[in-house]
Amino acid sequence: MTLVHRRLSFFVPAAVLLTGVLAWGLAGMPSFGLPHSDYARYITAHAAGQRHVSNIVSSVVFDYRGWDTAGEELMMFAAVMGTALLLRDDRDDRDEERRRPTDATTSDAVRTVRAGAVALTLLVGLWTVAFGYLTPGGGFQGGVVAASAALLTWVGGSYRRLRAVTPTTMVDATEGLAAVGFLAVGLLGLVAAGSYLQNVLPLGTPGTLTSTGTIAVLNAATGLEIAAAFVLIFREFLEEHVETLPAREEP
Amino acid sequence: MSVYPYLVAGVLFVAGLYGVVTSRSYVHLGLCLTVTQSSTYVALVSVGYLRNGQAPITQGKTPGKPFVDPIVQAMTLTDVVVSVAVLALVLSLALLAHRTHGTADPDRMRQMKG
Repeated sequence: MTLVHRRLSFFVPAAVLLTGVLAWGLAGMPSFGLPHSDYARYITAHAAGQRHVSNIVSSVVFDYRGWDTAGEELMMFAAVMGTALLLRDDRDDRDEERRRPTDATTSDAVRTVRAGAVALTLLVGLWTVAFGYLTPGGGFQGGVVAASAALLTWVGGSYRRLRAVTPTTMVDATEGLAAVGFLAVGLLGLVAAGSYLQNVLPLGTPGTLTSTGTIAVLNAATGLEIAAAFVLIFREFLEEHVETLPAREEP
Repeated sequence: MSVYPYLVAGVLFVAGLYGVVTSRSYVHLGLCLTVTQSSTYVALVSVGYLRNGQAPITQGKTPGKPFVDPIVQAMTLTDVVVSVAVLALVLSLALLAHRTHGTADPDRMRQMKG
């Protein structure tokens, strides 16, 4: 009996039991497609009036359930720091310079397409972040899109330019400071208004970029943190890839 | 029909766990964990769905139609992004395991010392 078989002989009865419990739990769920909880009804009825948002989901992320989002931000921070600590500590930096791709001349077509794709992706990312509380989008989604612009630089054949535009110190600092910024805005609410993440900024005309008080600030901080976090992850795994390349002969 | 989405969530959950149990590689294990996690997104979004509803965005809404639940959507969207970062952490652990032990298979690793 192999190890996998032994594990399966434990898993199958456990899975049957789990399926039973799951089915029991799911049977108690609200019926699919029928009106839901009072909490959701309250928020959909009052979000636009109370928080001047037009994308109600963003008001939940950054205001009504902002505390949960603070937790998610910390999870993000911990996961990214863990990745960086594990990979950086173990990396062998000797001969690294000789391993780095030289970015030898690429064709004009590749260069042009790369420049266009990077600019367009970055723009879409920033746009998704900026209008996150007015139209579908927000810091989480837009941050990922903006970060993929950095990866496109490498895909387009320019490893060295990617290193140049995303210095490690800057990415690390942005990631940490944006996370701290989110928590600090929450503390500001605690000090000035009596509860954590309470809005303390004036609300503007609904439908404009300045309409939502703290939601706009928290949204921007999240966008920045997520973008920096993903650039950091891309960079760390890319360095691991560079490690596997053969070192060039010194000229 | 009304239990179908929950059924999908249940199947995804157990399928992911099966993958975790029978996994022969930490990379595969990480991906199976993601499948298990995705089942919670299906369950959450299904809870929030409303027949004849519309997206919870007040700009350009159709009058008279109710909004779907924005709370579960908010939970799902934040977690989708965070789960990718957690997957990166799992993959870097797999990478280190392979570097120290020469294998990413949990079974073969156990037979080695230190």
